[in-house]
Amino acid sequence: MIQIDQVSKKYKDADYYSVSNLSLHVNEKEIFGLLGPNGAGKTTLISILCSLIKPTSGTFKIDGLDYQHDKNRLKQLIGIVPQEYALYPALTAFENLQYFGSMYGLKGKDLSNKINVALERLGLLPFAHKKIRTFSGGMKRRVNLIASILHHPKVLFLDEPTVGVDVQSKNAIIQFLQELNQNGTTIIYTSHHLNEAENFCTEVAIIDHGKIIIQGKPKDLISNHEGTHNLEDVFLSLTGKALRDHA
Amino acid sequence: MRKLWASAYKEFLLLTRDVGGIAILFIMPLVLIVTITLIQDSSFKTIENIDIPILVVDNDQGDVSKTILDGLKESDAFEIHSKTSEDEAKDLVFKGKYQMAIVIPKELSEELQAQVDQNVEGIMAKFSMDSDSTDTTPKKQIEIKEVRLYFDPATQITFKTSVKNGIDKMISKIETESIYKAFQEQISDDPEEVIFDTKSLISFKEVLPEKDEKEMIPNSVQHNVPAWSLFAIFFIIVPLSINLVKEKNQGTFVRLRTNPVSYATVLGGKTLVYLLVCLIQFMLMLMIGVFLFPKIGLPTLDVSGRLPLLFVVALFAGLGAIGLGLLLGTIAKTQEQSAPFGATFVVILAALGGVWVPVFVMPKFMQTLSHISPMNWGLNAFYDVFLRNASFLDILPEIFTLLIFFLVTTLIAIVYNERKNAV
Repeated sequence: MIQIDQVSKKYKDADYYSVSNLSLHVNEKEIFGLLGPNGAGKTTLISILCSLIKPTSGTFKIDGLDYQHDKNRLKQLIGIVPQEYALYPALTAFENLQYFGSMYGLKGKDLSNKINVALERLGLLPFAHKKIRTFSGGMKRRVNLIASILHHPKVLFLDEPTVGVDVQSKNAIIQFLQELNQNGTTIIYTSHHLNEAENFCTEVAIIDHGKIIIQGKPKDLISNHEGTHNLEDVFLSLTGKALRDHA
Repeated sequence: MRKLWASAYKEFLLLTRDVGGIAILFIMPLVLIVTITLIQDSSFKTIENIDIPILVVDNDQGDVSKTILDGLKESDAFEIHSKTSEDEAKDLVFKGKYQMAIVIPKELSEELQAQVDQNVEGIMAKFSMDSDSTDTTPKKQIEIKEVRLYFDPATQITFKTSVKNGIDKMISKIETESIYKAFQEQISDDPEEVIFDTKSLISFKEVLPEKDEKEMIPNSVQHNVPAWSLFAIFFIIVPLSINLVKEKNQGTFVRLRTNPVSYATVLGGKTLVYLLVCLIQFMLMLMIGVFLFPKIGLPTLDVSGRLPLLFVVALFAGLGAIGLGLLLGTIAKTQEQSAPFGATFVVILAALGGVWVPVFVMPKFMQTLSHISPMNWGLNAFYDVFLRNASFLDILPEIFTLLIFFLVTTLIAIVYNERKNAV
């Protein structure tokens, strides 16, 4: 589904590559976890795949579409759940979703039905006509997610979708994503919640300094690393315990 | 097209949800136009209709000073207070207690008459028409007299000029009449006989543009409403650029960039809604001019037969303003950048465009600069319609320039956005 070949990214005026000669293949219907410490290059890689930024070198294809030549078709194919709440606080949940859905060419009753189904599934239907500014963090995260899946994307990118939400919201989001995956959506997901990733992902790659340092199924990674009991142990053994502060 | 309408609808919702913002958008321009027109109208009346307290020091006490005082009284512009000391009058004026003092010198009437008589006699002698043509008595040395004017230092130059011109005219008239009188006395023994027709040979008539065989008489309202409406229309730059910066800061722009929608479509949605705001603002300002102004003692704004063209100008002026707002909002990173810059820039454009001071009185360099202000194009188009009885063809160059300005600024915004995001 996703084929990344030798992709590198160096930001203007940066001293180092945020992503360096990174190659990766993600299979269809995979829930793929991109894990790594702060500044490892996860968000940069996702931003490249969503056409938000251009790679310095290298190429990638999503469902056979090249980002350089099929940008618009590619945008129709993917969904992105950004780390921040990318919603209009003054609009209701329904109005936000109606607007973002229409940007994918959805309209009329079909769009309204899709919105209502998704809102109901994530427990937000009673709040459909309340303004986003009155929502809690967990509610905003769920609307943020729905705004990205109304057009049934083949690939869904999620940049820390459960950050700052309560356990109930987190659980609802993960279950919803699993349903989407079962219905054929490939999911690329970044998170610092390694326990969540261990249970949720079918495949993970640990990135550090812009490079993939290991890739595989979570269970395999744990069993292949002696003395590790979970993904967090593997992560720390590979990336070390030194703090990764950036300014 | 559907995406454009969806974007416009979203903008409409965002705008209508901000009740305070929308009130400011619509009420402040109305407050502005009423305030400015009242001030401009009263400053016009300062010279025309209001009694300005002035001091007169009459050291002459003769015919000339009497004529000057009568002239001042007849003008209905001044409230005359007499003083005997020039120093006292000067002191009061320089302290701002009075706007002006006129000091008429001693023996002005006598000296003027003597000068005139002497000149007339001289002329008559040349033509040998006077029996005393051979008179060789030495001529009296006549001292040049000075009518002194003192103005409050805070007085506007236009007022000073107007007063100076008025007094100068009065003195010229007195001189002319004295000369005629002297000739009359020299030529005829009968004081009742009319030899000279003292009426002015040349007179002025201001010919005004006509509409439906009626003269279009401009007033302060016809000048102020278009100028300040344009100023208010251009203030749309501030909320529009803030709207764009907000989108960037709240992350919705990032989402839109991942959506299959162009930046041009997003800007198109904003353009449609903010253009509607401009037109509503303009309509309200016209309504104020037509319905409110006569009720508060201002002249009525005459829009008869001009409404379609006025809205055409407002539409294109709105587009010009929106283009600038889109560009500013695209470039600015924070509201702290966009809001003060936008507000200041509008004031600069207004000054350059001739909203405050007419372009023809500006220095040459500023006159050239004024041609690059979109407000100047809009103002000219408005004046064409309001005051020059122009047709659509007449305003075509101005509205076409405004359209080009909108297209260019929007295009720069789109290209800038593409380049900035191509990191």
